[in-house]
Amino acid sequence: MNAAEMVDIYVMGKKYTVPASLTIMNAMEFAGYQLKRGCGCRAGFCGACATVYRIAGDYELKVGLACQTKVEHGMYLTQIPFFPALKALYDIESLDPTASAISSYYPEIYRCIGCNSCTKVCPQDLNVMQYIAYAQRGDISRCATESFDCIMCGLCASRCPAHIVQYNVGILARRLYGRHILARSSHLTQRVDEIAGGKYTAGLEALMAAGLEELKVAYNNRDIED
Amino acid sequence: MYTPQMKELIKKVEETRPYRLGSDFPRMTPEERQDVLKNFHPDFIQSGFRPLKIGVNRGDRIPQELADLLESHSMISNVKLDLEKISYDVDVLIIGGGGAGAAAALVAKEQGVEVLLVTKLRFGDANTMMAQGGIQAADKANDSPLIHYLDVMGGGHFTNIPGLVSALVNDAPLVIKWLEDMGIMFDKEDDGTMITIHGGGTSRKRMHTARDYTGAEIMRTLRDEVINRGISVVEFSPAVELLLDEDGRAAGAVLYNLETEEYLIARAKTVILATGGSGRLHYQNFPTSNHYGATADGLVMGYRAGAKLIFMDTIQYHPTGAAYPPQILGLLVTEKVRGLGATPLNIKGEQFIHHLETRDVESAAIIRECTERKMGITTPAGMVGVWLDSPLIDLIHGEGTIEKQLPAMLRQFARFDIDIRKEPMLIYPTLHYQNGGFLIDENGCTSIENLYAVGENSGGIHGRNRLMGNSLLDIIVFGRRAGFHAGVKTKEVKQNKLTLEHLYCYQREIEQSGAGVVDRVSPVLVPHYNHREALGLS
Repeated sequence: MNAAEMVDIYVMGKKYTVPASLTIMNAMEFAGYQLKRGCGCRAGFCGACATVYRIAGDYELKVGLACQTKVEHGMYLTQIPFFPALKALYDIESLDPTASAISSYYPEIYRCIGCNSCTKVCPQDLNVMQYIAYAQRGDISRCATESFDCIMCGLCASRCPAHIVQYNVGILARRLYGRHILARSSHLTQRVDEIAGGKYTAGLEALMAAGLEELKVAYNNRDIED
Repeated sequence: MYTPQMKELIKKVEETRPYRLGSDFPRMTPEERQDVLKNFHPDFIQSGFRPLKIGVNRGDRIPQELADLLESHSMISNVKLDLEKISYDVDVLIIGGGGAGAAAALVAKEQGVEVLLVTKLRFGDANTMMAQGGIQAADKANDSPLIHYLDVMGGGHFTNIPGLVSALVNDAPLVIKWLEDMGIMFDKEDDGTMITIHGGGTSRKRMHTARDYTGAEIMRTLRDEVINRGISVVEFSPAVELLLDEDGRAAGAVLYNLETEEYLIARAKTVILATGGSGRLHYQNFPTSNHYGATADGLVMGYRAGAKLIFMDTIQYHPTGAAYPPQILGLLVTEKVRGLGATPLNIKGEQFIHHLETRDVESAAIIRECTERKMGITTPAGMVGVWLDSPLIDLIHGEGTIEKQLPAMLRQFARFDIDIRKEPMLIYPTLHYQNGGFLIDENGCTSIENLYAVGENSGGIHGRNRLMGNSLLDIIVFGRRAGFHAGVKTKEVKQNKLTLEHLYCYQREIEQSGAGVVDRVSPVLVPHYNHREALGLS
């Protein structure tokens, strides 16, 4: 590769000159950081590396995942690797999938002032304010599906003037939906009963005792579903 | 965004697409599979391995990078520790906060015992979170645990430990039910029928999914439940050595607070190692799809305590890691992409392998295409890869399929201005999974009494090759089994004095063998990257 184009970034105010092609995470490592906090899956799934930044001369605060966002010249950044959010404790089985199931644990959802900061800040581009609106109305299904791609990075809660912890509302809605609204799988229940009844016990024992050649023949001749 | 040169090459993919659509590429014969594996799979590259000089697996062939860690000094060899000063005193100590550890914690707690889960980074920082493809279980009418058993054994080239495979396939539907009860949002038809698809090497469509966030959905739900049940969790406090008692049984661990740099003693009646794999050791310089924390810590401390390893010479390379753009090099392109019909293509836009061979065969064939046959596509950074023709998916299953079923993939490439609905992805095998690990029985027990190993740091379930969707399955199956067994077992454990004698013996063995380079210390806990080499700036 040719000599890389370099840019200046400011990690918590301290200047580093790094290749422009890097993500924020790689740029911090290039600068010499060995990350403990603020680094997880490095693939955009885990929400460990929520980062707030501003470009020199601009007033706007921007956000992104450090592992997925490229550096820019004049980027002032800090990571928010932890957010002291309220997490309700509940027994999912005993709850009903209604508005009150959510509002009894998170009454602050009704304090939403409609500023839409949560949606604007979401690195997953989720319509966060909308899923909170669904929660307010008791539309658990829509709240669950709309919030599904949430990686629980905490940026929404960090910006919320009403102190709502959107991502914890989201997971409660999803668990209520998965547990109490989505239709149960009857073929699954049937198979579980068959296993409990010992239907496959002898078959498995026979397979465990089978010789290598016998297994190979069975494997190479098994039919494959289209 | 693809370069103009790459866009030019993509035209060839578009040209051949109408002819490829609907035609079926033949699968390899068993002989062809053996041939491509022996010649191109990294497990067969001799220079990547060496015989281990110390410990219970002395003489076994293992990857160079792992041998370096096992033939190292302990982090605490020069630290004065008071083993009587106990910071945590519990029944079951679980080391590792991924899916296996969380599942073990839930079931151990149900046995009415005190459980402590300690983890190196955040709770949920694990490969589980990144598993996109799905979880296998034979729960449909045309399928059975017996058919699943055959698929697992065949996939593992019949080297798997039969009792472990039997436990895996038998418990699979029970695990799906357990997760369904917890509120996991599996993809379902309106009547509750699971929407299931194929994975490489499956003979039935038994891959259960939650969009392409299957692992994330499982991990965040297990984590939520662990917290709901009031189980103690300590984050950023990896275990760095195991403690044994005077009878040689596992009895706790030395923890290291990453922030205060203090060492703390945790005493327990049973210990479950659930620390995951070792992708971040970058065997043979491969990029990896693994979590930042996958640095083999559990293997190091368990091995020093005398637990026996198995199948450490076999590593899974996932056939489809991102080869472009360089920012996401090695990132997993989920097998679900191929499950839905995307096929690998060479520089001429021609398919060269069936898209659903087992992972090892698929990877070896891609490496062959890029090396011996020189039919790969070279990126500006000098990486070579082949196309994965994702636009086929919407053509086969209808427009909107990618958006609905692969939102994570779509989003990850869109961040770099690549629309996988319209353009193929460029891929190359990525270091994905450690097939081997501690030898366990069907309850997760290792060769050391009161020490359990579950998840990726255990071995034998998958033999020499794991099928997609059987890892999310194995972590929950064996996590639950070990959690139960370790929880019940505590009731008969009589504790005596804690010791690090095993460590001193190991240390002596290192010195006598001449294996230990004086300044090498392990576990490494977190990798050290500066990216200068990759950028040609070193």
